[in-house]
Amino acid sequence: MQTVYAVMDKILPFEMFSLQFMKNALLALLLLTPLLALLGTMAVNRRMAFFSDALGHSALAGAGIGMILGISSLTVILVAFGLLWALMISRINRTGGASADTNISVFSSTGIALGLVLLSQNSNFSKYSSLLVGDVLAIGQGDIAWLLISLLLGLTAWAMLYNPLLLTAVNPQLAQSRGIRTRWAEDLFVCLVAIAVMLSIRWVGVLLINALLILPAAAGRNLARSAPQHALFSVLISMLSGVLGLVFSYTLGSSVGAAVVLCAAGFYALSLLLRKILHILN
Amino acid sequence: METQTLEIPHCGLCRIELDHVSVRLDNETLLSDVNLHVHCGQLTVLIGPNGGGKTTLLRAVLGQVPHEGTISHLDRQSKPFPSMRVGYVPQQLLFDRQMPLTVRDLLASSIAKRPVWTGVSKKTRDRATTALELAQAQSLIDKRLGALSGGELQRVLLALALTPAPDLLLLDEPVSGVDHNGQALFLDTVNTLRAQQHMAILMVSHDWTLVREYADMAALIDKTTLAVGTPDEVFSSEAYAAAFPHTHGMGRAH
Repeated sequence: MQTVYAVMDKILPFEMFSLQFMKNALLALLLLTPLLALLGTMAVNRRMAFFSDALGHSALAGAGIGMILGISSLTVILVAFGLLWALMISRINRTGGASADTNISVFSSTGIALGLVLLSQNSNFSKYSSLLVGDVLAIGQGDIAWLLISLLLGLTAWAMLYNPLLLTAVNPQLAQSRGIRTRWAEDLFVCLVAIAVMLSIRWVGVLLINALLILPAAAGRNLARSAPQHALFSVLISMLSGVLGLVFSYTLGSSVGAAVVLCAAGFYALSLLLRKILHILN
Repeated sequence: METQTLEIPHCGLCRIELDHVSVRLDNETLLSDVNLHVHCGQLTVLIGPNGGGKTTLLRAVLGQVPHEGTISHLDRQSKPFPSMRVGYVPQQLLFDRQMPLTVRDLLASSIAKRPVWTGVSKKTRDRATTALELAQAQSLIDKRLGALSGGELQRVLLALALTPAPDLLLLDEPVSGVDHNGQALFLDTVNTLRAQQHMAILMVSHDWTLVREYADMAALIDKTTLAVGTPDEVFSSEAYAAAFPHTHGMGRAH
């Protein structure tokens, strides 16, 4: 790790990055953003932005249940509950009844309400309010190692799942006719999103996590015309937002997560403008 | 309507044989006792009223709905082949036309293991080009899928269905909603495949003119096989007149 810090001192000779926690935060953001952006490309193509929002909100309920059950590891309970929640939303969307957006809205508000009820017992909510906005400046070296491992595992899973999922996103019947088990692919995708979201939420926060998943991918989609371009643009935009957001938050003394999301929103606006210009030029 | 079994005599050709195929879903009989031979090197057209089970039959062949009876791929001696590859071209594919996805990406995602977001290797691109050439669509490889016309999209989907080469090609109203030029190009391509690759082709169509021009055999389906034969035989059958009483012999031989 010392080597990494030494290299960072060389390439980032700025005062703010002489601070250890800023180095850690930068590393964390560079590890968090690419996988979220890649998963985001498919979430946007499959029109699942609202789904991942509901999933993020469920972290509150997960934390609440963890507290009641006395589970000490927040990460374990968040991931477990996230997986359960994601599969439940998918199942209910398939079996029908109301439309998908209605179903997801029910899950979203239930997740928040359940979390608030459980966590606000004995007026204890302030202890958990950091979950809402996250705190990437508090990340330690051990957590960064875990993020690196998660990123590598996530990329491997994403590499294996992507092609069948892409065909399913184009048209499920077409994918089925080529022997793809579309339900499996869809379920594995929501599980992967749930894990990535829950592992990032402590650092980014319930309120902003979905923006990191959706905004870079939405901006990338505005500019891309092929699948590799979509992935590349989304990853670049999200990593750049991460770095710029960290710098701005240090300068302004504001929340890192919020600054990162604002940068991503800026890139989205820019992508819309560029799309218009490209359209006119063509 | 009383359903009766239409028995097919042995034909002595390489074929895909549907033998007493029935499909029931939620206690409803969608297809009952369908018997049909789809011969290699021939284009067999499925006709029949809406809701008569044509698409259900294709889905049964694809293994997407459970069926009773057998669907087998047999050689000239009626010995079963170890496997049957089915290619499928859907009717007017519904998809998000704004999606950043090129024709190359679509083909690569189904013929290569390498995840398409990391790019497409030269080998995969060559395979995709070969597939597109078969469907006369090689010039479309770098186009965005959402920017294709109806006829172009169907040719790309045909290229996809031809990779890897299928024993049976299923076409579900492949040219409905496609302009006349696109229709002719698509069907001429299919015609060439039938002749050159000796492929068995089963196509759903409502268009009598096309059936008459391109089909070797026709089968009239309404819950079961009502008539099987050459297009002329099927169009002039009593079963056809009963199934389409308002067509006043539109499909009949002139």
